[in-house]
Amino acid sequence: MLYEQELKTFVDGTTNFFEVAAQQPASIGSPYLMEGSPAVHEYTGVINISGKREGVVYFTAPKAMLTVLLMKMQENDFSHETMRDLVGEVANTISGNARRDFGRDFVISVPSVLSGEKPEIPQKPGQRAFIIPINWRSHSAKLVVSLA
Amino acid sequence: MGKNVTAMNGKRSYKLMIVDDSNIIRRRIERSQQFEDLHVVGSAANGVDAVEMFKKMDPDVVTMDLTMPRMDGIECIGQLVALKPAVRILVISALADKATAVEAMERGANGFLNKPFTDRQLNEAIAELMR
Repeated sequence: MLYEQELKTFVDGTTNFFEVAAQQPASIGSPYLMEGSPAVHEYTGVINISGKREGVVYFTAPKAMLTVLLMKMQENDFSHETMRDLVGEVANTISGNARRDFGRDFVISVPSVLSGEKPEIPQKPGQRAFIIPINWRSHSAKLVVSLA
Repeated sequence: MGKNVTAMNGKRSYKLMIVDDSNIIRRRIERSQQFEDLHVVGSAANGVDAVEMFKKMDPDVVTMDLTMPRMDGIECIGQLVALKPAVRILVISALADKATAVEAMERGANGFLNKPFTDRQLNEAIAELMR
């Protein structure tokens, strides 16, 4: 079972990145349960969690959103590698927030980055996953939290 | 701070090395730091390269990520401080827990800045470090 406070930690880690790095806050859409195959955009930063909880948390964003985010960060390199770098930094922030809030009860991996429209998300079959839309400017990304 | 070079205008000039596995963050720090007397002499994407560059460039100030491949920031801080005890090290990391900060400080870091950061936060942290 996923507790509201745990979900909040992951959401705050994500929105904090937009608010601080881009100086423009993101808003949160209504969370919903994932049905079917994992919901992904072009770039995905993944953290694996073990210990008190087992599962995966990932932030997945479209290239268009990441491009604008890079512009807001005064970056002028919009290459594939820079997109991967950026989504990894978002995941890194989510991971850091979780370590701070959850302490040693959770073992949180270093983020890995996936790209492409059908990446292999290391998610256990049948495990429930919450999708939280992350809306920023005219773009929308997803934070997916799947913990048992 | 320790040894530094004197710029053409007679002001003391300090050498900055940036260590982070993210290209975005390395460029961001280089672009955002606003100190006339602080000059970037190199950047590295992991702890092993950072130690090698440190030996060649002899920086006075280092910004240090913690989560990096090959050698992490905590190990790297220990090696840099062993090479030059007077070096000033600012940890810039997403690892926001107190235990990590304490461990970095015990290894010899002088300051800690959480990612993500604003330009203002970066410059205040560097100013504090150079005080």
